[in-house]
Amino acid sequence: MTTADTGATVLKVQNIAKSFGGVHAVRDVSFEVRAGEILGLIGPNGSGKTTLFNCILGQLEPTRGKVLVGDSDVTGLRPSQLNRLGVGRTFQLLQVFPQLTVTENLILAGQEHKGSRLSRLFGAGDAGLTADAARMVEFFRLGHLAHEKAGGLSYGQQKLLDCAMAFMAGPRLVLLDEPAGGVNLSMLANLKERLQAINRETGATFVVIEHNMEFVMSLCTRIIVLAEGAIIAQGSPETVRRDPKVIEAYLGH
Amino acid sequence: MTMKTLGSVLLTAILAVLILAPADLTGLGLPWGGFRRSDIDVLTLWLITAIAAMGVNLIVGYAGQETLAQAAFLGIGAYLTALMTKAGYPFVAAFLASGLLSFVVGILLGFPALRVQKHYLAFVTLAFTVFAWLVFRNEEWLTGGVTGIQNIPRPTLFGFRSKPALVYYWFALAMTVALALVMAWILRSPWGRAFTALRENAIRAESLGVDVRTYTLLAFAIGSAYGGLAGALYAPFVEFIDPSPFALGPSLLFLLMVVVGGMGTQAGPFIGAAVAVLLQNRLEILQSSNPAFAHLSYLLVYAILVMVLMAFCPTGIVGLWQRITAPRRRPHADDKGPILGQVKS
Ligand SMILES: Nc1ncnc2c1ncn2[C@@H]1O[C@H](COP(=O)(O)OP(=O)(O)OP(=O)(O)O)[C@@H](O)[C@H]1O
Ligand SMILES: [Mg+2]
Repeated sequence: MTTADTGATVLKVQNIAKSFGGVHAVRDVSFEVRAGEILGLIGPNGSGKTTLFNCILGQLEPTRGKVLVGDSDVTGLRPSQLNRLGVGRTFQLLQVFPQLTVTENLILAGQEHKGSRLSRLFGAGDAGLTADAARMVEFFRLGHLAHEKAGGLSYGQQKLLDCAMAFMAGPRLVLLDEPAGGVNLSMLANLKERLQAINRETGATFVVIEHNMEFVMSLCTRIIVLAEGAIIAQGSPETVRRDPKVIEAYLGH
Repeated sequence: MTMKTLGSVLLTAILAVLILAPADLTGLGLPWGGFRRSDIDVLTLWLITAIAAMGVNLIVGYAGQETLAQAAFLGIGAYLTALMTKAGYPFVAAFLASGLLSFVVGILLGFPALRVQKHYLAFVTLAFTVFAWLVFRNEEWLTGGVTGIQNIPRPTLFGFRSKPALVYYWFALAMTVALALVMAWILRSPWGRAFTALRENAIRAESLGVDVRTYTLLAFAIGSAYGGLAGALYAPFVEFIDPSPFALGPSLLFLLMVVVGGMGTQAGPFIGAAVAVLLQNRLEILQSSNPAFAHLSYLLVYAILVMVLMAFCPTGIVGLWQRITAPRRRPHADDKGPILGQVKS
């Protein structure tokens, strides 16, 4: 049908559940993501999207369930280990390093993927990171800000930088938590177009949490809808949009 | 001239002054008699203190952790060096062993940092200092207890006996420069960037592949090693050690020094150490010449100074300097806001 169906499985989430005391934030969620796919993850506030991300990425320990990246079981790995396996992420709230410059932020985002720990101390060169950062800065159209402190950028610019950092190490899978949140319209178009370009050029796979329906419907090839911690619908943007359960979940809250 | 070359010219000039100023230059036909012995010793103490403060600065100022244990590491280095050199081992061996032992103990001390939040970490390192101090004081068979260890030899290096105050000062200066260069190298390497990332946002750093655990332990290990190396220079300098300089008060002082100088800046430890050492020295001189000041406690004066400075310039003397030289720079927005995503409990 589409390319999404032909790719190998990049991410397999099996029966993930997470409760905080009596709150069942995620209940028994399973899904797969194929190589090259841009999967949207939507749902009302508090439906467990971020918690699900955190369980997948080792930020939180799931109460139950298993996560596989490619063929390997990554449940229980630390976030840094997962990242070095080629899984990038952004957070719902902005997460850049305000005291570092834009370039330094990007170099930091790539440095642990190059060489060994000792070469990172004793190595004289920068393993091509400065050049990579320069390319990334241009790619996200932040070139004029390369040497500004990240903390001095506008919110939208920081949001772009945040995204760019997730891509510095050339990940095969990236989980983006509300990349469009608080970003203005022109910047939004820029962001969407950049994400699509990366997807096209590198074949990287994305899972995107987003409340901006227009953004998510036009960006994603497939959508999963979460409500009260469980998947209530999935399919193409059109199918999901018309699904009565989805409409009900959104209006009922 | 760029800022960078200006900076290196300035540093070279400072270094030249530090090398020459204490020496008697009349032999060279210059009208400069040099410093008195006691003033040379103040300079030496400043350098040794600055080395230990550099370590605290790495742990607290760069990596964003907390330590009240630096005086304990100073003690570990001082006692080990005293024992080894008195047993006939060469100073170089004792110096390296002091660094290594402190590095290893520093790793162990770092483990609690992986589990507890900042303030608790201060308590943990505080407890360690108390423990180390009790060992120094009570294990008489090893440390001489309250009577300490006497007649610690000053080393002979490259055929030079470092017994004269000026020679030992030069030796300490050479070691300080070397250790400052090593620190500068570390801070400019990806390790330095990773340490800064820990301080600014450990969760984000971890998500970018930065192994937060390893880097936290490394910050503690390297920072503590600087404490141990400072101790190794301290023992032959004072030639007699007892437990008192390695207690909790001095540990707190090391932390305050870094705060006063300017946390997370490379000049900070040197400035902070200078203020602390000079203040103590001048106060002692004042007290011995004028009994009216006899009850003025050094810590009290220092504490007041810290409070005043923090009220007006929380970024320390370096920060104050930056504010004077660049008055139009706007302060940054609060970057210590809450972090989304829940930490693994
Ligand atoms: N650390 C935590 N402790 C207790 N409850 C939590 C914690 N994290 C999340 N929750 C609860 O889990 C549920 C799901 O939260 P989550 O943040 O995953 O929702 P979300 O779908 O990302 O919402 P939003 O769209 O608003 O970001 C909520 O009820 C929330 O209150
Ligand atoms: Mg969320």
